Amino acid sequence: MSMHAPSHDLPLMFVEAGILAGEVTILDNISLTLNAGAPTVLIGPNGAGKTTLLRAAMGLIPVTHGRITWGGNETAAPARRAFVFQRPAMLRRSTEGNVHYALAAAGVPHGQRYDRAAELLTLVGLDGFGSRPARRLSGGEQQRVALARALARDPAVLFLDEPTASLDPHATKAIEDIVSNVAARGVKVVMSTHDLGQAKRLAGDLVLLHRGRLIESGPAAQFFADPRTEEASKFIAGELLI
Amino acid sequence: MTGDVSALQLVLSGDPGLFAIVRLSLLISLSAVLFAGLIGVPVGAFIALTLFPGREGVIVVLNALMGLPPVVVGLAVFLALSRSGPLGSWGLLFTPQAMVIAQTVLVAPIIAALTRQTIEDLWVEYRDELAAMNIGPAGRVATLVWDARFSLVTALLAGFGRAAAEVGAIIVVGGNIEGFTRTMTTAIALETSKGDLPLAIGLGIVLIFIVILINALAWAARRAGERTAG
Repeated sequence: MSMHAPSHDLPLMFVEAGILAGEVTILDNISLTLNAGAPTVLIGPNGAGKTTLLRAAMGLIPVTHGRITWGGNETAAPARRAFVFQRPAMLRRSTEGNVHYALAAAGVPHGQRYDRAAELLTLVGLDGFGSRPARRLSGGEQQRVALARALARDPAVLFLDEPTASLDPHATKAIEDIVSNVAARGVKVVMSTHDLGQAKRLAGDLVLLHRGRLIESGPAAQFFADPRTEEASKFIAGELLI
Repeated sequence: MTGDVSALQLVLSGDPGLFAIVRLSLLISLSAVLFAGLIGVPVGAFIALTLFPGREGVIVVLNALMGLPPVVVGLAVFLALSRSGPLGSWGLLFTPQAMVIAQTVLVAPIIAALTRQTIEDLWVEYRDELAAMNIGPAGRVATLVWDARFSLVTALLAGFGRAAAEVGAIIVVGGNIEGFTRTMTTAIALETSKGDLPLAIGLGIVLIFIVILINALAWAARRAGERTAG
């Protein structure tokens, strides 16, 4: 599998980007640069704007003001992006059928899909699950199918929206291992999580959001060792951000 | 009791008159379901996936049309196909084709309304995934119809049930002509009024058997499909 982040797709930049829903501000003048490299993890309480930021970056929601650029290009976002939702919908097909569908959508020639699907299912630890109905798999297994579907696009950037929410520790570990593996292959991972431990384990960079505002961003090690803002200190300490 | 025994004898003896009626009934009802499916599935999918002014009103009307009175449909098709009607030149009145048209009009709204609901529910579930995979409008329709295929079979079955059981529309446009437009339901109505209960009961038994058989086959196909697709 050829996974690498071509330099022309990154950095992904939010330039004073905002999203309004009626009169409610969902994202408030976000300026943020995501470079190639280790995963960037978005953290923050519920309603902070993490999912909206990821969806905007994916192009699923238009920004109300400001802009988002990819490698300096604003008009055409790269095709090689993929998204794994917090609760991914499984197509009413077999596990292998789900991956085949994603490969077809990504334009992979028919003759190559069988091998690619097998390769992807191996990568996410679902060897032997190919013929099983995807909708009957466990939550953790479905999340892995979603990852395989996303990777079928051979993405330069992979967005993960709380991929381990509601999973048990075993399933969480499996997903984290896949994320680390994918990131090591050169795919830029941008993910959200509520789990500070997970953020410590996976993040190269951290972004703290609160009420749609970017509170703090930077290298994860520095964030945890020496947070610059009161909100970040409270969040790390497990205090409620209200 | 005597009537019941005679009816069974009639069915088991393979009475050619009875089976000609059964054959014509199946031909008309299955043809109507086929045409209604070809109309109803795309219409239902279009309404499910398209936002347009008055959409809510269209959905309300479509749902209401599921309860169309068969005799009213029969009357409307009769007027359309009668010599002075807009389609009178086709010369179809009192033919099996007219009966297919009437049943198609009756069944298409049922299939369209159930398809609309099925596709819309699935669309809510799939919308984000298909958008993230950059699937275009045609691909979305194909995906949703394919993935909803087992539920759509239920919609087709509902349509078949309606077509196979109705008598009001086809008796108006078909005329219940022996050997030409006589179906199970029109024959049951006629024979009951004549007092020939064995034939009426025999046809009733066959009609119920066919409906159960077709539903059982569809159910088995659905179960088999769900085992592989979920």
